[in-house]
Amino acid sequence: MIKKLLIVGLLTGLAFMFYGLLISYNGNETLTGLGSYYAQNGAREVGAANLVSAIVVTYRGLDTLGEVTILFLAAAIIGFVLKLKKDEVVEARPVRETSELLTSASQVIVPVIFLVGVYIFINGHLTPGGGFQGGAVIASGVLLMLLANPTMHISHNIVATIESISGIAFVAIGILGIVLAGGFLDNRLLPLGEFGTLLSAGAIPLIYIFIGLKVGAELSNIIGTISYNQNEKPN
Amino acid sequence: MFIAIAIILAIVSIAGAIMAIHHKKLSVAIIASGLVSLTASVMFLLLAAPDVALTEASIGSGLTTIIFFYALNKIRNNHD
Amino acid sequence: MEYIILISGFLLVLIGLWGILSQKNLIKIILGFTVFNTGINIVMVTVGYVKGKTAPILDVISPEEALTSIVDPVPQALVLTAIVIGLGVTALMLVYALKLYQDKKTLDINNFKDLKW
Repeated sequence: MIKKLLIVGLLTGLAFMFYGLLISYNGNETLTGLGSYYAQNGAREVGAANLVSAIVVTYRGLDTLGEVTILFLAAAIIGFVLKLKKDEVVEARPVRETSELLTSASQVIVPVIFLVGVYIFINGHLTPGGGFQGGAVIASGVLLMLLANPTMHISHNIVATIESISGIAFVAIGILGIVLAGGFLDNRLLPLGEFGTLLSAGAIPLIYIFIGLKVGAELSNIIGTISYNQNEKPN
Repeated sequence: MFIAIAIILAIVSIAGAIMAIHHKKLSVAIIASGLVSLTASVMFLLLAAPDVALTEASIGSGLTTIIFFYALNKIRNNHD
Repeated sequence: MEYIILISGFLLVLIGLWGILSQKNLIKIILGFTVFNTGINIVMVTVGYVKGKTAPILDVISPEEALTSIVDPVPQALVLTAIVIGLGVTALMLVYALKLYQDKKTLDINNFKDLKW
């Protein structure tokens, strides 16, 4: 009881602080500081129509590299923690038959889902979306394959190869930016092109393709590891 | 118009959050937390942030819910 | 509109924190974390909202027009990062909960007393 009272007291204090923030917030009328700099110069310097992509990939590209690394570490730790010991055998529950509707529909829909994912990350510099969203869409395609066929085993080698190649390519483009342009992950190593077309914004589409492949592989790896051996015996 | 949509979204998301914390059945609670993410994604759209809305809808609402269900399924498998 | 969304974001933070502190089931605690995460994201995007402006996607290169037509893109880029990392952290917490369950055959947090003194 006393614990509940303590929690309520803490939350009341926090709510009071939030109330202070709320009454001091009176809606922005103009852009300030960094936001106005990016709005004025982002399109000219980077050449991307979508300013969020310009910030994520170029201005704050190093943060994105760190983010991808965190995701990779999470996937690696999940694989490490869930690894079964050699002689440990989980009793298998019988696999329930998936419905015919799901299996036939997945054969039609999965390629389309992959295509939508690729579209989202190739057009990341023009439309809403980008590498992370496209990667998540690709991972949901893998998820649909897993739901249609629960005993399917995602090949660890293929996923690891895609992931490491795209990671190395991402860092290599960053280093090429130091050599050919202004700094690490500078996108002006390729010509900026005409504003608003598919082949524009320098290296941003290229970087987003590698980020999309890497994130898709990592999320598929997480889903595959968590779903693995829930129904069948490890061999 | 936008204000009415925002009020409905706020009510749904808060009800979903309370349900996610207090419902007895875990599967219902997980679905309710997915609902919170989905309403949040529409809120991002109202706030002129389509990039964030797309991310929240695909990652926060889709993949997180599925990972919760896989973990729940594994716990139930170990149970018997 | 932005006030209503800001208030609901703060309320989501409070409800999530209440869930983290008061619940006994590990899965419920992790659900509290995801609700908390969503609330914080809503608050951060709302702070970057500018009244009556559109999404930060431009049609033509023109600094003056961009300055008066778009919302702040910086918090949006920040939240984009936060959502993706949130998924990784949630998956990691769930895997640890699963491992604890395999060890003790329970999800009740009162039964984990190994480090209590």
